[in-house]
Amino acid sequence: MNGESVVFWVSGTFAVAGALGMVVSKKAVHSALWVAFAMINIAVLYFTLEAPFLGTTQIIVYTGAVMMLFLFVLMIVGVDSSDSLLETIKGQRLLAALFALTFGGVVVASIASTLASPSAGLAIANAGYGGHLQAIAFLVFGQYLFAFEVLSALLITAALGAMVLAHNERWAPRKTQDQLQRERTMGNHVTPLPAPGVMARNNSVDTPALLPDGSTSIESLPNAFRGEGKVAKPNSIEEAGK
Amino acid sequence: MNPNNYLILAAILFTIGVYGVLVRRNAIIVFMSVELMLNAANLAFVAAARNTGTLDGLVVAFFVMVVAAAEVVVGLAIIVTIFRTRRSASIDEASLMKY
Repeated sequence: MNGESVVFWVSGTFAVAGALGMVVSKKAVHSALWVAFAMINIAVLYFTLEAPFLGTTQIIVYTGAVMMLFLFVLMIVGVDSSDSLLETIKGQRLLAALFALTFGGVVVASIASTLASPSAGLAIANAGYGGHLQAIAFLVFGQYLFAFEVLSALLITAALGAMVLAHNERWAPRKTQDQLQRERTMGNHVTPLPAPGVMARNNSVDTPALLPDGSTSIESLPNAFRGEGKVAKPNSIEEAGK
Repeated sequence: MNPNNYLILAAILFTIGVYGVLVRRNAIIVFMSVELMLNAANLAFVAAARNTGTLDGLVVAFFVMVVAAAEVVVGLAIIVTIFRTRRSASIDEASLMKY
């Protein structure tokens, strides 16, 4: 068993494990991390396949940029957005598994049944251009120059499209400085709003401030915590102590 | 080692991606499965390039990465837009778009 097969079996197993983890994880964040794991292992396989440039690009573009973009969007959509793994279509999962197994079985069997010639290796092809990077550069900026230019147009279009799609229309006109100043000085609160109550056992911002009369002040909380059932009760600490 | 092993690994990864697309409901996870399928195809390209001793497969795999990056940007923007209007990233609920 040479070094290449050791790397193949270890990284290949990890990549499949990462892919399976992505499919079975309930939480989307876990899925994203599993995919990143699988992609890093695929990058390792690229290195063993004599493609160090692609391996590096895989790590930078896929695990570095694409998966982090996924994580950003997950943070927007909500980290706890978990999938209900209940079937809405009866027998869907069984049929999907059957289809996937058939598909995979056919492809794997057809590949396995072909006669494998020993790998030619890239050494001769690289030597023709004086090195691996030089060879790829020669192809990208030579034979495939038109595709490369079209791809640059595609990237610009995609960036513009994302900006248009993700753009948030303003519902109300922006408040002027004058309006803001009036709200600040002529509203109900001339002073700043009270700070959240910080207690001995709870220093989180979801604890409302205690007013002198023993009631709590909802205004001391950030807007996100003002809903029903989201506020910690300040006197729950005293009750716990009894 | 049999050089076809890489192609078989790529086929297995692709199949897992297909299963993920078919089964999962969260649009983001479906999208990740698509990414996995693209990765599997890339792996097949790179393996085939070395098996044949040519470099074109590497260039194609590189271009696939660029296209995947563009696709992710637009796709995630669409998911964010759908989430903003429906407060949900489930692909079942987006079926209401047709009405």
